[in-house]
Amino acid sequence: MSSVATAGEKTAGHTLGHEGEDTGLWSWITTVDHKRIAIMYFVTATVFFFIGGIKAMIIRVQLWNPEQSLISPELYNQLFTMHGTTMIFLVAMPMAVAFFNYLVPLQIGARDVAFPRLNALSYWIFLFGGIYLTSSFLFQAAPHAAWTGYATLTSAQYSPGFNTDFWFIGLSILGIASIAGGVNFITTIVNMRAPGMKMMRMPLFTWMTFVTSFLLITAIPIISVALIFLGFDRLFGAVFFDPSMGGDPVLWQHLFWLFGHPEVYILILPAFGVISDVIPTFSRKPLFGYPIVVYAGILIGFIGWGVWSHHMFTVGLGPIADSFFVAATMIIAIPTGVKIFNWIATMWGGSVRFTTAMLFSVGLLAVFTVGGLSGIMHASAPVNLQQHDTYFVVAHFHYVIVGGAMMGLWAGLYYWFPKVSGRFLNETLGKWHFWTTMVGFNLTFFPMHFSGLFGMPRRIYTYSADLNVDIYNQLATIGAFIFAISAVIMVWNIVKSWRSGERAGPNPWDAPHLEWSIPSPPHHYNFPELPTVQSREPLWNDGERESIQAVTMKEVETEPVMPNPSFWPIVLAFSITLSWALVMTGIWWVIALGIIPVFVSTLMWALEPAFPEGSGH
Amino acid sequence: MRATLLRYSPGLLLLTLVLSGCGVEYPQSSISPHSDFAHIIHGLYTTIFWWTMLILAVVWVLLTWVIIKYRAKPDDPKPKQIRGHLGLEIGWTVGPAIIVVLIAIPTIQAVFATQQPVSEDAMLVEVTGERFWWEFHYPEYGITTANELWLEKDRPVNLRLASSDVIHSFWVPKLGGKRDLNPTVAVREGEEPSYNWLFFTPEVAGHFYGQCAEFCGESHAFMLMRVNVAEPDDFAAWTESWQASPGALAEVQDPDEEGRDAGLAIQAAQDGEIDETPLVAEGREAFLNQATCGACHAIEGTHAQGDRGPNLTLFGTRRTLAAGIMENNQENLVEWIRDPWRFKPAAAMPGTDYDMEGTAGFWPATALSDEQLEAVAAYLLSLK
Amino acid sequence: MAQAAVAGEHATNTGISNWKVGFWTFLASECLFFGTLISTYMVYKGTALVGPYPEEIFSVITTTVSTTVLLFSSLAMVLALDQVQKANKKAAIGWLFAVIAMGGIFLVMEFQSYLKYIDYGLTLTSSTFGSSYYVLTGTHKVHVLFGMIWMGILAWRLHKDRIPPAKSEQVEIAGLYWHFVDIIWIVIFTLVYLIP
Repeated sequence: MSSVATAGEKTAGHTLGHEGEDTGLWSWITTVDHKRIAIMYFVTATVFFFIGGIKAMIIRVQLWNPEQSLISPELYNQLFTMHGTTMIFLVAMPMAVAFFNYLVPLQIGARDVAFPRLNALSYWIFLFGGIYLTSSFLFQAAPHAAWTGYATLTSAQYSPGFNTDFWFIGLSILGIASIAGGVNFITTIVNMRAPGMKMMRMPLFTWMTFVTSFLLITAIPIISVALIFLGFDRLFGAVFFDPSMGGDPVLWQHLFWLFGHPEVYILILPAFGVISDVIPTFSRKPLFGYPIVVYAGILIGFIGWGVWSHHMFTVGLGPIADSFFVAATMIIAIPTGVKIFNWIATMWGGSVRFTTAMLFSVGLLAVFTVGGLSGIMHASAPVNLQQHDTYFVVAHFHYVIVGGAMMGLWAGLYYWFPKVSGRFLNETLGKWHFWTTMVGFNLTFFPMHFSGLFGMPRRIYTYSADLNVDIYNQLATIGAFIFAISAVIMVWNIVKSWRSGERAGPNPWDAPHLEWSIPSPPHHYNFPELPTVQSREPLWNDGERESIQAVTMKEVETEPVMPNPSFWPIVLAFSITLSWALVMTGIWWVIALGIIPVFVSTLMWALEPAFPEGSGH
Repeated sequence: MRATLLRYSPGLLLLTLVLSGCGVEYPQSSISPHSDFAHIIHGLYTTIFWWTMLILAVVWVLLTWVIIKYRAKPDDPKPKQIRGHLGLEIGWTVGPAIIVVLIAIPTIQAVFATQQPVSEDAMLVEVTGERFWWEFHYPEYGITTANELWLEKDRPVNLRLASSDVIHSFWVPKLGGKRDLNPTVAVREGEEPSYNWLFFTPEVAGHFYGQCAEFCGESHAFMLMRVNVAEPDDFAAWTESWQASPGALAEVQDPDEEGRDAGLAIQAAQDGEIDETPLVAEGREAFLNQATCGACHAIEGTHAQGDRGPNLTLFGTRRTLAAGIMENNQENLVEWIRDPWRFKPAAAMPGTDYDMEGTAGFWPATALSDEQLEAVAAYLLSLK
Repeated sequence: MAQAAVAGEHATNTGISNWKVGFWTFLASECLFFGTLISTYMVYKGTALVGPYPEEIFSVITTTVSTTVLLFSSLAMVLALDQVQKANKKAAIGWLFAVIAMGGIFLVMEFQSYLKYIDYGLTLTSSTFGSSYYVLTGTHKVHVLFGMIWMGILAWRLHKDRIPPAKSEQVEIAGLYWHFVDIIWIVIFTLVYLIP
């Protein structure tokens, strides 16, 4: 520990902009540095988190009393549709990608991701796609057919106007960013590990990034095709989902959930990765059953492909299909349970420090389990027939997405913030953040189990006073506001600590992985020289730590050559967004013209050298 | 942390018990079974509930124990570096696997049990979902009604579910699970279109609440329904009242049919020659001949034979109005006919002073005066 | 089309360049993309309410010819790569033009078929068969067109001496793409045209 502390003092002068590094706006726009891209992802996702959160607040106020009409049903439908779409595509996914970006190269000992410019492109597409989607509110034409966009509600007949166009085009744009990101991280992890960093020595977070990336590149194309079908139906009169012409609306549901269920694991696996790194660090014990936890993650990724129709038990697929998907869904509960027991076993016999990061990890175990178990309830098809599309399900998926995915990412925020900024997040504010989250979150979503069981369907603008579910809705509304306060505390903590937080050394938590072997914040080239790894917890083995730090903490005379900054990613991202937005016109030659800027900027990108001339690349 | 978590878990259980306690009526409760179908589901739910509570208890107890016991102390030595234990891994794989199998077996049995068409004497009802109301057609009795489904106690029913626009979902929680009403996919000549079904036997007479459970657009929240499960005698009386339709009276006075002047009917009513109030007669006239309500609505025995809106025969017997959203009385009915979109935006019905223009097509404003509104409402409520 | 871009490091764990690993990953993604399109076509097979039906309009002979042309373009692609690696610039450019030409013939033949089908009354809007057929094959044609443009850029770069044998991987990856598009067509040809 003492060696780490000295090293920390030596590098305490580092702030985000290292000496000699450009920090102006242009440098951010043209950056291809995975760490800066990660920060932009995080900040953007946090902004969208507030945008999505405000929508939830309005929804909760509208549901305070039965038969209330503070806003119009149409606006309500837009709000809940965009709340879901925003939180999934513009918050949970990019927030996880922020962590992928910052940490994967550091954890495997690489200087950047495999395709730095492509990485920047992913970010800018996400940003422009998000702005495009959100801008629909300015035209009072926000998507209004729920985040699942079931046919035939999205058809030109039942959703005239631009609302659904914004939705299918926005998601198409965002899909490009996700596929590019998936390709990038798979290549990075397959190809760019430091010497000795075997697959089975990688930190769990990198492992889960790897599995998630596979889910991204395989799941996103399916929704893309479904969205293309929808676009052809809406704009050019195709009949994919038109029952009067023999098109089957249920096909949409199959395609959507074929994407949608892997998507659930895209959301949760990164969080599992985070806490698999956090829990060992703060228990001062290696992860219990490392290979089992890895294989369980892979298994979840695989079986995740065979369970999509458990979202469709009410659709009428027949008893044989129902039984198959019941069985597959039940099976997937097993590896998830195994993971939870392994995390508990990791803490067992340890010396557990309850930092905020650890509180969020333990909090995740406590509340995610609730969400997992309510999931088992509606995995049972007949029970599902009662619970499907009720607030019981709303409670369930918020328990797994907020109580799982988001809590995991917040654990990661407190854990890795010192690495990013060189400063700790304030622990007192952190504990306020955690406890307001726990209280607010549970108060919001736990009562929804009851309103659901007592017959309140989801996606309803208001409910009859006869149902007697007002009390549960009022509790939820109060909880939602407490939860909102927790989010404000989080942002306040980040802003405050970024400026004046307590300084952190390279390895303030005494953590075992490679990212903690370099200064906090890291140099823009990460590693002066690439270290050689000999075990799963390289920094916990005295000899290995010294040999690694001898390399990673070295002051270098000439910095390693890094890729050129480039403004083509932002130009190409803008062109792609523009060309998709032109699809809204429904005029084929306008759409064709829109491809020209995409083509030109792709070409310019391809011809621009990725590295400085003469650098030997 | 330690103390709070300890308080937390029993607190939640307590909350569960208090909140689900007696004293409050939950008319749409999914855990209060009143049919064979609902009983099967509820039994299964109860089984799974206790299994999941067991798992939750194990996880939370372990977690609490770890939090208390292994909290770091200042002079802690480096913990023993344990990397895993095969026996434990097998244990907590096999253990949950057994529970999962124990849940899956009754689940799959229930899946098959609840998707079998029931016996020969079952009553067929064809349910059609429309934005934003329900049509119920009884082929056996030639009855077409809306929003209030009549069933006979202890008589199995087969509901054939279809939609004419977007996907809806039929859900009356006390009588069982929900099932989607999919738009009927057109098929080639000679092929049978496929439908969804619900099979159950209501076991208790009474009024049950139901609601569309699949988001279907702007007024999805206002697509409610009621189910009247009637004793066999009452049910028979209800079907018979359809045979002796109130239209018989209307038939005589229907100007199109008999060539009589509508004014004569009103006069006759005033003179006490017919057994109805002048207001009702005036309402009939407005309904049938002035506001052309009959283009969309049907009333048996009159020339109002529209099939785009709810069938209004025996409308006066219905408890609720506009698909369960309010009590069926004169006052509400007047306001509803005056301005349907105030209660149910995007409903396929014009107001007195605005046209209906939407996904369902176009229909001009009814242009009914205040007096006519009162009269039409009185007429409709007289249909018993 | 830029060269290997491992930041500060040439050796990769697999010994395969990032570009190739990344491109294979992208093709995996494309498999799911076409898989979904093809599955949809198969699901909708036999559901068209009105004609023309597939068996009435597809001419296996014409399609076999266009398929063969596309197959041979893959051969030309292999030869182009071979010539790039052997630093035979002119021959390489020649073979790339052969790829483009054969791709062009394929597209022209297919568009002629489209015109014929439209004449018979099969359009994007006429039936589930029309919708799923045109979107599936149209997406494939866009891929062919994109490949042709890519080959054109490669030929131009070869002409400007930008692709020495050491950088032949640029052509190799374009070749991967072209073969992939070709294989997808074989699958489409088999499932859509051959199986009744």
